[in-house]
Amino acid sequence: MSDLRSLRADFPILSREVNGHKLVYLDSAATTQKPVSVLDAMDRYYRNSNANVHRGAHTLSNEATEMYEGARVKVASFIGAQAAQTVFTRGTTTAINHIAYGWGLDHLGEGDRILVTIAEHHANLVPWQIIARHTGAELVYLELTDDYTVDTSDLEAVLDERVKVVAFSGMSNVTGALGPIDVLGKAARSVGALIVLDAAQLVPHSPVDVTEVDVDFMAFSAHKMLGPTGIGALWGKAERLEEMEPTEGGGEMINMVERQTSTWAPVPHKFEAGTPPIAEAVGFAAAVDYLTAVGMENIALHEQELTTYALERLSEIPDLKVYGPKDVTHRGGTVSFELADIHPHDIATILDQDGIAVRAGHHCARPLMKYLDVPATARASFYLYNVPEEVDLLVDSLMNARRIFGIA
Amino acid sequence: MSQLDELYREVILDHYRNPRKRGSLKGPHVHAEGNNPSCGDEFALDVAVEDGLIIDAAMQGQGCSISQASGSMMMDAIVGKSIDEARDLTHKFKVMMTIVDGDSPVDPERPGAVLGDLEALQGVRRFPVRIKCADLAWTTLSEALDRATDGDR
Ligand SMILES: Cc1ncc(COP(=O)(O)O)c(C=O)c1O
Repeated sequence: MSDLRSLRADFPILSREVNGHKLVYLDSAATTQKPVSVLDAMDRYYRNSNANVHRGAHTLSNEATEMYEGARVKVASFIGAQAAQTVFTRGTTTAINHIAYGWGLDHLGEGDRILVTIAEHHANLVPWQIIARHTGAELVYLELTDDYTVDTSDLEAVLDERVKVVAFSGMSNVTGALGPIDVLGKAARSVGALIVLDAAQLVPHSPVDVTEVDVDFMAFSAHKMLGPTGIGALWGKAERLEEMEPTEGGGEMINMVERQTSTWAPVPHKFEAGTPPIAEAVGFAAAVDYLTAVGMENIALHEQELTTYALERLSEIPDLKVYGPKDVTHRGGTVSFELADIHPHDIATILDQDGIAVRAGHHCARPLMKYLDVPATARASFYLYNVPEEVDLLVDSLMNARRIFGIA
Repeated sequence: MSQLDELYREVILDHYRNPRKRGSLKGPHVHAEGNNPSCGDEFALDVAVEDGLIIDAAMQGQGCSISQASGSMMMDAIVGKSIDEARDLTHKFKVMMTIVDGDSPVDPERPGAVLGDLEALQGVRRFPVRIKCADLAWTTLSEALDRATDGDR
């Protein structure tokens, strides 16, 4: 197995105990743990350079501005982008709301369609539902194949000029299935639709280059890729960002303010009203540095090996059903499952007693839960710092859950 | 007993697997629904009230063992009781579960004497995030009883 084991020492939290056991953190799809370099970078910023950005000529403000804008350059180049097209947002959710309100309100109308998939996170559904209500557009759903990937076989049936937006995730936070970026991208282009990629689970786990994927907008969150909460990024094609309206007004985002009207600052600042999350941007850049040093190819490989092992070990447990692709080339390291008649919430409680952190619930994907006809699932998700022994502990603890529930 | 065995007492698993009074009522009744959006537990119930007395009840919904067992035990406990008694029971239950403040109604010398099977849910208190699972049915019941008495006015 590709050996990233030594990296564990960089994550202080991984050496703590939970309920008398060493923490086994299998909830990175919800949020990831942070390496010392990220914590230090933010601490150093606050200790040495804290000031507001773009506001004044003093030395600290200048340093803070350079750090904030320097972070933008780093985050942009991490995805092969230009800083000028990389907007800092509060996270993926805020980024998609920017697109839905800032682009959708002006460009959608009665009878228009927003094509999504049944596997979307609420962050890529609810903003579109709101815009649909304002504009008279409607959401149209692609469903899944038997292997839990998006079923594009019937694409022709739903694809026509009414489709103005195609919005989907690069990797499902429930099934772990990779999104059909090429197929949906080509389909969207053939009808002139806007392509929105929810990359919250994609950018953290594999190399992504916006010059190689054909999308108009892409959104992701720092906290799912070793960075802090409270910041994420919205990347967009230059002309799309130009035609998009700001959804928040205030300081930093203006060019000139008159009594009745104002003009906007150039992109990306026109989308960054108010004092931005400066320390978070600094932490985001440190996270990107860390990931770059490890190498995204190595991380992807490590997760693929770990997921292969996990799927194999989980298949040894009687009555356990995985909701996700069996083929590891179609998926990432997020594994949702169900065990006999034990409710996922009970599974999470039992595992937690062994220090194992998994997520249970609908994972902000209630339409998908309904579609899969389950009330909820349990989910183990892996990242660069997980090791095969942790999979073994997960399996042991699941066997214990069977015992507690009286299943022989 | 380990904390987990304490939590998942046999009686709880029994109610989870064989919930009492699952279904809906045919005759006149009030209906209330509740859910925990964070974990997906859903609970709904029908309560038939006549002259201030709960003459029948039925539960629907889905969720974890704690939410469903708590609901099922509640069904057993409230049918035949007056609305006031059911409200008193709800209060006692919430005190036992440390959801509201008060002196514990449970007599440690005589297990089950005050709240019957429901006392088995005390093990949940050690798992703070699960208390809301046990509470869901009772909060939904309170809503149904409020609705039932509203109609009287
Ligand atoms: C696929 C997907 N999209 C969007 C989001 C929302 O991200 P955030 O909560 O950081 O805005 C998440 C995170 O839960 C996710 O997994």
